[in-house]
Amino acid sequence: MAEHSSHVAHQFDDSTQQYEASTLGMWAFLLTEIMFFGGLFAGFFVYILGHAQAFAEGSRHLDIALGTVNTVVLLGSSLTMALAVRSAQQGHRNGQLLFLGLTVILGSVFLGIKGLEYAHKFAQHLVPGPGFRMEGPHAQSAQLFFSFYFAMTGVHALHMVVGIGLLAWLFVNAWRGKYTEAYFTPVEVSGLYWHFVDVVWIFLFPTLYLVARHG
Amino acid sequence: MTDAAPEPRKHYLNCEYSVRSWLLTTDHKRIALLYLVSISAFFMLGGILAGLLRLELLTPQADLVQAETYNKLFTMHGITMIFFFLIPSIPAVLGNFLVPMMIGARDLAFPKINLLSWYVYTLGAGFTVVAMVTGGVDTGWTFYTPYSSTYANTNVILTALGVFITGFSSILTGLNFVVTIHKMRAPGLTWFRLPLFIWAHYATSLIMILGTPVIAITILLVALERGLGIGIFDPNLGGDPVLFQHLFWFYSHPAVYIMILPSMGVMSELVACFSRKRIFGYNFVAGSSMAIAILGFLVWGHHMFVSSQSMYAGIIFSLLSFLVAVPSAVKVFNWTATMYKGSIALRTPMLYAFGFVGLFTIGGLTGLFLATLATDVHVHGTYFVVAHFHYIMVGGAIMGYMGGLHFWWPKMTGRLYSDAWGRVAAVILFVGFNLTFLPQFVLGFLGMPRRYHVYPPEFQMLNVLSTAGATILGLGYLIPVLYLLWSLFKGQPAGDNPWGATGLEWQTPSPPPTFNFDKTPVVTEEAYAYDSSSEGHRG
Amino acid sequence: MWPQVPQALRLIPEQASTVAGQVDALFLFLVAVTVFFSGLIFLLVLVFAIKYRRRSEAERPKAIHGSLLLEAFWTVVPLGIGLVIFVWGAYLYFVISRPPAAAMEVYVVGKQWMWKLQHPTGQREINELHIPLHRPVKLTMTSEDVIHSFYVPAFRVKADVVPGKYTSVWFEATKAGEYHLFCSEYCGTSHAVMGGRIVAMEPAEYERWLAGGVGEESLPAAGEKLFGRLGCNTCHRSDGSGRGPSLVGKFGRTEKLTSGETIAVDESYLRESILNPQAKIVAGYPPIMPTFKGLVTEDQLVQILAYLKSLKTDGQAKP
Repeated sequence: MAEHSSHVAHQFDDSTQQYEASTLGMWAFLLTEIMFFGGLFAGFFVYILGHAQAFAEGSRHLDIALGTVNTVVLLGSSLTMALAVRSAQQGHRNGQLLFLGLTVILGSVFLGIKGLEYAHKFAQHLVPGPGFRMEGPHAQSAQLFFSFYFAMTGVHALHMVVGIGLLAWLFVNAWRGKYTEAYFTPVEVSGLYWHFVDVVWIFLFPTLYLVARHG
Repeated sequence: MTDAAPEPRKHYLNCEYSVRSWLLTTDHKRIALLYLVSISAFFMLGGILAGLLRLELLTPQADLVQAETYNKLFTMHGITMIFFFLIPSIPAVLGNFLVPMMIGARDLAFPKINLLSWYVYTLGAGFTVVAMVTGGVDTGWTFYTPYSSTYANTNVILTALGVFITGFSSILTGLNFVVTIHKMRAPGLTWFRLPLFIWAHYATSLIMILGTPVIAITILLVALERGLGIGIFDPNLGGDPVLFQHLFWFYSHPAVYIMILPSMGVMSELVACFSRKRIFGYNFVAGSSMAIAILGFLVWGHHMFVSSQSMYAGIIFSLLSFLVAVPSAVKVFNWTATMYKGSIALRTPMLYAFGFVGLFTIGGLTGLFLATLATDVHVHGTYFVVAHFHYIMVGGAIMGYMGGLHFWWPKMTGRLYSDAWGRVAAVILFVGFNLTFLPQFVLGFLGMPRRYHVYPPEFQMLNVLSTAGATILGLGYLIPVLYLLWSLFKGQPAGDNPWGATGLEWQTPSPPPTFNFDKTPVVTEEAYAYDSSSEGHRG
Repeated sequence: MWPQVPQALRLIPEQASTVAGQVDALFLFLVAVTVFFSGLIFLLVLVFAIKYRRRSEAERPKAIHGSLLLEAFWTVVPLGIGLVIFVWGAYLYFVISRPPAAAMEVYVVGKQWMWKLQHPTGQREINELHIPLHRPVKLTMTSEDVIHSFYVPAFRVKADVVPGKYTSVWFEATKAGEYHLFCSEYCGTSHAVMGGRIVAMEPAEYERWLAGGVGEESLPAAGEKLFGRLGCNTCHRSDGSGRGPSLVGKFGRTEKLTSGETIAVDESYLRESILNPQAKIVAGYPPIMPTFKGLVTEDQLVQILAYLKSLKTDGQAKP
């Protein structure tokens, strides 16, 4: 039986096998997430076909400025995440702490802005349900648009929260000096997750804020 | 093994006895047993529910239960059997136990995630049980909208939550298997030397990973619609109730392949061992598992031929459904060909294998009636469909599960059971099963719709036959429980390889040690190398 | 064709429609294929289990890896048989799905837990449908609540009945008698009793039945009354001088919408335009039509539809 250093789990032969398994595992998990969000996108595209004008109206009520800011924030957080992974690969504790911290901050800013948008929608009575009110002839179908808006951005936000929690846990471990050139797999794998959540937003933003707007 | 031995050999069962060591285990073999207990409990629950249904159906009127109760019974029977028994059964019990062993690994890639999957299953099951005892749910396991999203006044959200949570258990198991099979095979174990059980579980895991998230989001949308009044499926708000059916069946059709592929994997192992011969056409059997997994995602619309789906979509789905039938036929032919000039031993697992071959063939062929557009119009929504899927799920999947359980029981427990009783039970099961479900084909063609607690009197005779069969079927399930449990206390010690089978799992003692292999085996031969001069020893 | 078997011993339902015999022929072929292949496999397994039974634990049969030829054979042959069945089934399905042009129209509204049927001549039935033999009958159906399904085993036809849209099914009865009508899509508590019967009668008898009804007004006549009472005719004048388009002769045509798309003016579009008028507006007209949601029932919608369908280009309503 191979001599196992402390960071190689007992079921693996060596750290290479562990690293490859963990990475493949995360990619496979992200595949499930594509199917999860995919269902929502599929439903959205089915409905926009029959309700193009209503969806355009609904989309025009979204705050494109805040959406754009959020896109930039999230892209920035992907950059800081990539830098965090690089710091982990190089065993630089300070870099890890800095960039993980920045990613958490940027992610939280994203969520804050999202919360602001949601609050606006509440105030404008654009939340689907009995309280929904929109002027114009397409109100009924536009409610469908907002159902998808809240479902899709809500599920995305939930994934962000999980991601931030993950990063916070990584931060604590980084503080304890756990990640070195020999072992940085959790950081890299979390990086994959974070980038994925960013990519989902890259699809969400144009779909909800830009494409739908033009009917 | 005599009592005079100084100390019993340590293995995965006796290394530690505390409750904690079981509930916090990361050993894939112990987790398999945790799952065995859970799914057996749910199988019993599902079986009792079925028994009540069949009792009510003895007469054309509602005398045992009223409509509301009956509707809850069939809903809960379906949910229990599909989500809490069939889908986990072989993967979570036999797959968990055997996948690492068959590839020469010490455990799965992610043992803690494996344990998590069992807890997630239990949590989801808990929610569902609470939903059942606090009023039940009556939407049918298919949850069609707008009934489920707007009109039902039973525990829809609670049940949906339970199923949603349990879905993640499936996803985690699938992830674990895919990574393990890719990355942790023993040296020399190339893909085409793998046992077909592994191929089957690999294909199954792909479906679990790709399909389950879709039903997760679908159930979530139904729960949101019900809870918050949003109108995605509500026609009054511009929604389309048929969209639900598309989303639902996009998962639920591949789900039936999750339920049958592992069983087919078991079949390959049983037929090879009890014919003492390589599986004929190994490459084709492996390839057909993958073909079923892929094609299975393309046929969901065959559940919706009369749903107002377009005629042209119907034609495409019908054609694809005929295509997906072919790989299954290829498997059946290859198993049969394996028996040709073999050395056939009629032990209990082989009897279950025979049952599978016959009943799955009938079940699969009756699927053609449903894939055929014109006949489906007549028999959709009738007992014909019920008979078809029970032939596949019970005659196919469960026979495979029972066969596998009986085959690997000695390895898992270190004990032998009475083969005579095993064979008696297998025959009783076969007879009871056919008596229960064959009449249902006729009932369906005569026009008896499903989910009916009352029916026109001319259907009674067939219903009585079916209920009589169900009683015998129940007996067929009860007897193994008795002799298998008995074997734990009084069974003969099994020895490493009581069946003389090939496969790395048989190179270990029974029960195996916690880390499976003292040293990692090296593989130099194809699977099922029965014609080697040694008894299939490798490594 | 089949001998008169007592009902309790029947294996197949009555063949009472033009397609029933054809469906049964296909079904019988499928049964033959099933019996043949199942029998074949059963037989082979049985023969092999006996002929090659293990006589000693030392037996080591020679390995046979496979045969490309056999694999090709038992892939292509089942595929071929499958394709034959597919084509046959698809062809018959076309027949089952497309009603003949001169079909007698009946409107059906399903709701928890009953069927409401309206003949064009005005007769209303609950859970029963009287029809004449040898005449194609087309049902245009919708649901008031959940999805139901209209199933007549003796005719071998079935179609789901969906809220928010119209679906249809057609049949031509060939044998006088009473046949089960079942709801075959689970719809809640009384799903199992949401049924009734189809009564197929000789044409002369059917005419007598129609005449015997309490002077109900025909669907188009009832629809015309509603069209007036609800004020539709203030904007939809038959000479086109109103603020909305004339609806004469519009059913069955294609129209261009303000969004640029074209649409077929069918039952579903008409219904949508009454309940959600802003959704699809014909090009050249302002979005000023008010919605009648909540002001008309499904039964009334069916009457208005029947009226609109009856408007030919000469402006005269069909009786």
